[in-house]
Amino acid sequence: MSGNGQAGEGTRPAFRLTDSTLRDGSHAVAHRFTREQVRTVVAALDRAGVPVIEVTHGDGLGGSSFNYGFSATDEMELVREAVETATRARIAVLMLPGIGVKEDIHRAAEAGATVARIATHCTEADISEQHIKLAKSLGMEAVGFLMMAHMIEPERLLEQARLMESYGADCVYVVDSAGAMTIDDARRRVAALRDGLSIQVGLHAHNNLSLAVASSLAALEEGADQLDGCTTGLGAGAGNCPTELLVAVCAKSGIETGIDPLRMMDAAEEAVRPIRPDQGVIDRDAIVLGYAGVYGSFLLHSKRAAERYGVDAKDILLELGRRKMVGGQEDMIIDVALELARERAG
Amino acid sequence: MKVPCAIVGSGNIGTDLMYKLRRSPVLDLVLMAGIDPASDGLRRARELGIEAADRGIEPILEDPASFPIVFEATSAWVHRQNAPRFEEAGIRVVDLTPAKIGPLVVPPVNLDVHLGAPNVNLITCGGQATVPIVAAVARVAPVPYAEIVSTVASRSAGPGTRQNIDEFTKTTSSALAEVGGAATGKAIMVLNPAEPPILMRNTVFCALGDGYDAEAVAGAIVAMVDEVAAYVPGYRLKAEPVFERDSYTTPGGTVSARVVVLLEVEGAGDYFPPYAGNLDIMTASAVRVGESLARELWRAAGLSERNGARR
Repeated sequence: MSGNGQAGEGTRPAFRLTDSTLRDGSHAVAHRFTREQVRTVVAALDRAGVPVIEVTHGDGLGGSSFNYGFSATDEMELVREAVETATRARIAVLMLPGIGVKEDIHRAAEAGATVARIATHCTEADISEQHIKLAKSLGMEAVGFLMMAHMIEPERLLEQARLMESYGADCVYVVDSAGAMTIDDARRRVAALRDGLSIQVGLHAHNNLSLAVASSLAALEEGADQLDGCTTGLGAGAGNCPTELLVAVCAKSGIETGIDPLRMMDAAEEAVRPIRPDQGVIDRDAIVLGYAGVYGSFLLHSKRAAERYGVDAKDILLELGRRKMVGGQEDMIIDVALELARERAG
Repeated sequence: MKVPCAIVGSGNIGTDLMYKLRRSPVLDLVLMAGIDPASDGLRRARELGIEAADRGIEPILEDPASFPIVFEATSAWVHRQNAPRFEEAGIRVVDLTPAKIGPLVVPPVNLDVHLGAPNVNLITCGGQATVPIVAAVARVAPVPYAEIVSTVASRSAGPGTRQNIDEFTKTTSSALAEVGGAATGKAIMVLNPAEPPILMRNTVFCALGDGYDAEAVAGAIVAMVDEVAAYVPGYRLKAEPVFERDSYTTPGGTVSARVVVLLEVEGAGDYFPPYAGNLDIMTASAVRVGESLARELWRAAGLSERNGARR
């Protein structure tokens, strides 16, 4: 289908795609991406026409830690590698206030990243003010990222998005970190932001309930300007919206992406699948994430803690959901595992 | 008989501190200094029969001999203006803001070293909760890297913290090394909006080199928790310290083990509800520091606790 006009040059894409394989996918490889892998993946995505590629530790700048897992290679080296490899694509970084600090944004900008995505829990947008303003002052595009957006109603989400807009964000994303949204959940949140903001709106979908592509298409119907994907879906939990699938479905639906579907399939098959661990299938634990509304990157940490303490990962995840744990609280996985182990022993 | 003191700042922290100081056997809170006559803190001070002034620090500087100890609970910016004036007036300051003018102090770790300093700083709530644990471990085993995760209820994080969350993470990180004794440190802060609000949680990870004595490490941690709980009654372990073996490539080098310490802080419910353990541990630590300063002043004046201070 490529070359027959559907991915033709000159037609304006209906939305802008950010591929987060090298950021959200970092969770799936326990933050062990190498420079060579970054070079290979960026080159393939760049060739296919992906306009923005995100490269960071899975938990954002400064995420390398006991709590989230140490990076095998310094993320700034990976960002620099990506910047040097890309010929057309812009390089984005993710940053979570409370984990990273402003100096990290400075370093990312120096390394050549031009898009800064500043992420907070969906009710805590006001902690992002300094970081969004800094990104803008450095000449970067600033994207607000409202995580775990399934936890609040669209009206409240809009209030938080408006804060990010007031700080100068160019776009605000509805982020389904738990892969817990139904298609209608995603649709209503994107529509609320679309109607209430004067800046762009995006959707970041996870596939725990196997709805990522469908929800992304619904978001486009509601007027979303930006969408996220991960090649082969490589990402936290059961993975993200698979970029190559989204591009193929768009092509068949007559939605211009600016990305060559066949080259995108090549990127998935040849660049990402060889480094992809045997993960991301929608198994019981992954469904539980979406079903119980649990932060996707808790999955692998919970599986490890389950093994260490002789308890069931599913029970850990359900308890984390019951306690309403938010992104970043990976330490509570150990807390819950110890408690379950004590109950079992008692 | 007690050493008189004043609180500067009639906001949330200052008001919670007021209730705690009223219970002190050593300190006598005689003035609440604010700027807004209509503030809840000043209103409550008046109700309790404590002098409440709305002229900032002027009443203190007009009569410095009456306020040998001042607790500053304003903001870093305001404290930077006030600190030199207090020092000039010979007033000892316990700084609850992030101004970091004086040495960083955690009562059971290094307070005795800094009792002579004109100004001491209480770091952050996360620092007060976690630095003692790192210091306890560092006393019995080298800690090449320490990391803490502090999670507080969204409702207990005020606008100051929210607008400058980097200040929390950076100040706490440096205290893990400077005061805790780790070679390197990292602090992470998470806000959780769950309703009903969660209690403050802190998790401490210390990297452990080969040859550590698990029994000594666990024993030092448990003893330190008791020391902190002596002045922060709601401070407790959620589980016995756990030792996890794996290969960890930390900024302080690759190690094969870590100790994980899961802590909870329930507040005393003075002005803040009990979930705000993060605010409680700051004001409780401030009282502890102030009381030690008061005893030091007594000692310097040749007085014992029994016959009390002058005035």
